[in-house]
Amino acid sequence: MLEIKNLHASVEGEAILKGINLEIKPGEVHAIMGPNGSGKSTLSSVIAGNEDFEVTEGDIIFERANISELSPDERAHRGIFLSFQYPVEIPGVSVTNFIKTSINQIRKARGLKDMPANEMLKKIREKAAMLEMDRKFLSRSLNEGFSGGEKKRNEIFQMAMLEPKLAILDETDSGLDIDALKVVANGVNKLKNKDNAVLLITHYQRLLDYIIPDVVHVLMDGKIVKTGDKQLAKELEERGYDWIKEEQVARV
Amino acid sequence: MDLKEKLISSFFAFEEQIDLENDIHQLRNNAIKFFEDKGFPTKKEEAWKYTSLKSILKDDYSIFPKKEETIDYRDIKKYCIHEIDTYQIVFVDGIYASHLSNTTHDKFDACLMSSALNNPKYKSIIDRYFNKIAPEESLTALNTAFSKEGAFIRVPKSVAAEKPVQILHFSTGNESALMLQPRNLIVVEENAQVQIIERHQSLTANAVLTNSVTEIFVEKNAILDYYKIQNDKISSSLIDHTHVKQASNSHCSVHTFSLGGKLTRNNLNFYQHGEHINSTLNGVTILEGKQHVDHNTLVHHTQPNCESHQDYKGVFSDRSTGVFNGKVLVDKIAQKTDAFQSNNNILLDDKASINSKPQLEIFADDVKCSHGCTIGQLDNEALYYLRSRGIPLKEAKALLMFAFANKVLTGVRIPEIKQRITEQIALKIGVHLGFDL
Repeated sequence: MLEIKNLHASVEGEAILKGINLEIKPGEVHAIMGPNGSGKSTLSSVIAGNEDFEVTEGDIIFERANISELSPDERAHRGIFLSFQYPVEIPGVSVTNFIKTSINQIRKARGLKDMPANEMLKKIREKAAMLEMDRKFLSRSLNEGFSGGEKKRNEIFQMAMLEPKLAILDETDSGLDIDALKVVANGVNKLKNKDNAVLLITHYQRLLDYIIPDVVHVLMDGKIVKTGDKQLAKELEERGYDWIKEEQVARV
Repeated sequence: MDLKEKLISSFFAFEEQIDLENDIHQLRNNAIKFFEDKGFPTKKEEAWKYTSLKSILKDDYSIFPKKEETIDYRDIKKYCIHEIDTYQIVFVDGIYASHLSNTTHDKFDACLMSSALNNPKYKSIIDRYFNKIAPEESLTALNTAFSKEGAFIRVPKSVAAEKPVQILHFSTGNESALMLQPRNLIVVEENAQVQIIERHQSLTANAVLTNSVTEIFVEKNAILDYYKIQNDKISSSLIDHTHVKQASNSHCSVHTFSLGGKLTRNNLNFYQHGEHINSTLNGVTILEGKQHVDHNTLVHHTQPNCESHQDYKGVFSDRSTGVFNGKVLVDKIAQKTDAFQSNNNILLDDKASINSKPQLEIFADDVKCSHGCTIGQLDNEALYYLRSRGIPLKEAKALLMFAFANKVLTGVRIPEIKQRITEQIALKIGVHLGFDL
């Protein structure tokens, strides 16, 4: 589904990603872990098409097409979704109107007609209930005055509405208390099927207790330095990242 | 002959058309002398520093249009708020069009200025209100000199108008260039209520210059909502002077939607005479090309315990230019005044510009006055966020512009107007988002 080949990216001339190789197949959950500043969020931004980052080398292949040059909206049309680490506040646009616009713009790009209003409403209700969201929440301005947890829940609500092929969850666990984390993880698990994939970007192992990854990667200094299964996450939780650094040094 | 000379010489011809015995005539005579003395304002005057009339004064305007009505309802329907039942006072090339209008004298008066000026029944009202708050200023004086026609609306004590009144001015392009000088008088008596919608619309690409004066009196406990829809052709310019005098416990709101026209100048002055008055001045300006809109507002707080709220938002693209010059004057005795003023602007292109000049003159010491002015671009982070959800750049920009203007539209109490403005903004931005904000 997603294939990243020798990806290099920089922001304002500073190289952040220094040769990432990653392959995610349909039905898989991958987790990318790593210390602060290792390039985790940059990787998610680059996959989503954030134009603040410049891809200097390498390719991003999504469903056999090179999407490296596509705009963020075109990537969304193809089924890529990024749950933001810091969702942006947009006063004056309600959650409902935003999601309606989003869904219908994606449908339009795929040559489909607008989703009928009753179907939309039903879906909104269903997904909001799944994420235990208050109805009032939906008429509030997008992310404006939302708590950290509400923002993250709202991101997963959008994911539930858009049903992407590839969902990238950037630090979705930060700012969530344990109950909210369970609700959000449960939502993600319900959306998971054999045809879609999830890329979890996280600092902590905590989220991975609830969303079980098939593959865990360790990102350090812009490179994936270790790949393993869910046991690797547990090991990182217990031992930190230093032993990997030492391993790296030893290898060199 | 330049326009000033033409107007002055036309005044003699104008005198032949009207009843010289009328008391108003002395006012007209004084006014034309005042105009002759002052002439058109120039950029040398502080109040006109950012707006030059030069480009619109060079046309050879016809001052007295031919009496010819060549339009019918289907030509103008789209410019009317036709979704709701209203009274309509319609003028075509400055002349009352009875077949397009729906006036009333039943519960209140929504009729013609000419009949109010000439009918003895209204003499006491005219004596009391006409030309009482229009300041001595050259363009206002010019209008007074030629004042003959316009809308006259009077809502008597304790009457709530059962439907809104639309004042509609159309120009047909009968003349290659036409100058119009409508004069409106609106009196909302104690405990009375009315909603008014005003629009100036050209139907062709011929030049039109409208110099409009409206005097509004909102008496004790009365409520007036006034909506100005400005979305005229690029060949049309409007200089509007609206003066509002409010008595105790009255509420008055004026919403100005400036979405079109070549040059638009809105002089909007509120004079508060009483306590517990609420004045609201809201504006949405969305310009493109080389359009120019100048909002010049004044709120004069003369008594304690009053409020005023000003919220003007502008979006400027291409080489369009905007001016916001908002003055709030709080007299020494006007303690406990709560005055708020906000002017936020988004510049979409390098060559677009806005001159924003808030002026607060506060002589009282126990007041709550705040003002804020911002000039910026659309938020890139927000654009990226919207785009990451599949909303293309153009639509994402439109959505943010809508959201930006939305706050001003929430104060609109006629849903059909809100809908209409939302649609016009969408049309202007060139997208349809499929929902209303």
